[in-house]
Amino acid sequence: MVDFINLLGRRITIFLQHTGSVFIMLWKVTKYLLQLWKNRKLVVDQMLEIGVNSIPLVLFVGVFAGAVASIQTAYQLKGYISYNYLGAATSVAIFIELGPVLTALVIAGRVGASIAAEIGTMKVTEQIDALESLAIDPIRYLAMPRIFSGFVMLPLLTIFADFVGVMGAYFVAYVNLDLAPEIFFGSVKDFFSLLNVFSGLIKAFFFGGITAIVGCYVGFNTSGGAEGVGKATIQAFVYSSALILLNDYILSVILF
Amino acid sequence: MIQIRDLQKKFDGKIVLRGVDLDIYDGEKLVIIGRSGCGKSVLLKHIINLMQPDKGYILVDDIAIRKVSQKDLFFLRKQFGFLFQGAALFDSMTVAENIALPLLEHTKMTMKERALKVAEKLELVGLPGIEHLKPAELSGGMKKRIGLARAIVMEPKYILYDEPTTGLDPIMAANIDKLIIELSDKLKVTSIVVTHDMQSVSKVADRVVMLHLGRIIFSGSVSELYNTDNEVVSQFVHAQAEGPIQPKPTLY
Repeated sequence: MVDFINLLGRRITIFLQHTGSVFIMLWKVTKYLLQLWKNRKLVVDQMLEIGVNSIPLVLFVGVFAGAVASIQTAYQLKGYISYNYLGAATSVAIFIELGPVLTALVIAGRVGASIAAEIGTMKVTEQIDALESLAIDPIRYLAMPRIFSGFVMLPLLTIFADFVGVMGAYFVAYVNLDLAPEIFFGSVKDFFSLLNVFSGLIKAFFFGGITAIVGCYVGFNTSGGAEGVGKATIQAFVYSSALILLNDYILSVILF
Repeated sequence: MIQIRDLQKKFDGKIVLRGVDLDIYDGEKLVIIGRSGCGKSVLLKHIINLMQPDKGYILVDDIAIRKVSQKDLFFLRKQFGFLFQGAALFDSMTVAENIALPLLEHTKMTMKERALKVAEKLELVGLPGIEHLKPAELSGGMKKRIGLARAIVMEPKYILYDEPTTGLDPIMAANIDKLIIELSDKLKVTSIVVTHDMQSVSKVADRVVMLHLGRIIFSGSVSELYNTDNEVVSQFVHAQAEGPIQPKPTLY
């Protein structure tokens, strides 16, 4: 029993230490946001990497998420509710849930893991120490541009995902059910609410930040050579995915 | 001048430094020797506060490096150049971008001025015209020299070398030694070299200190080093298998 309490105490202490360290890092990042203009080149580079370079993947996932949502919704409506509401049902699901969450999860895999691997490799090869020795704060140089870009770019990517998701849903509705565009998009329009779209974008804002924060924090705490970098990459994906889903629930409770 | 007093450090209960006292004088070429894993690199990293001691302190030009604000710490660090064991070049950047990074971050130099400075430092380390190459395209010796060019680009007062000749062939190692001596003489800097390469020690050192079991056990000139009565130092210097230093690491 004493051993169990000891173990529990140690685990809680470690958890609190990590939580504290994450918030210290975030506080430093927030202070460096005042120097955003001075660091614009670093920020733009990361916006390109996190945002622009993720567009093909996000479009791919968005189209198929929309298509699957359309098929599944049509299956559930069959025999009970008119297909005239298919556009409304799928688009609302895409705006508030599928768009932000699926985009965040694929970005966690592509970007979160890559941030952790890049910073982790820099850590184990003393490049982070080299930055410090050159009087350059790694939090400003590496973390701030990535975290800022994570917060900003994921909502933008979600807008793309929402758009192609609805188009994918319509394509499937047209091919499978021969649904006329005016019926499908008419129902999308009738049930369209800016609140739904913004709720999804607010979620995406937090998911993007979470992914970048986890990637940076795990990267900075990497140790143990190539094996350590591999572990950091997995950890970044696992932690950010879990936190995205946890925060999806919390934000859904708050927003709806 | 750098003053190190009662510096103590342990990692996961293992004591690495157990009270190091050392003065490093302006303009000297100090070489720190000792067995692998004895804490030489740890000591070097403490000097620019890349690691923080458990106890003790370091004064750089009478300023306690651990007590200053981050802004002042960065100001102090600009007086140092650090050559890392693996050179620690930034993989994503070209040679020119690696060397120019401190200039870009800390000066108002134009792109042209930075390019000139980079070319000057590359010339100094004997590698002119390779600005466009990436670190992956360089040999081990070239990486070290680029690391050195980056370390000296801000014209520091102190240069710290962490095992500069480790992993290099004897000719390249001799070239690096020559470079350390030339830079020290030309730039009038204080050089602190961590190594266990005795050929390097003989060529470079004005003064040698030996770190053993977490303490400085010897300080003197190269000739004093080779003629010492201290059995531990003598065994290390003459590379003898038999003696007080056991091949198996001592349990502290």
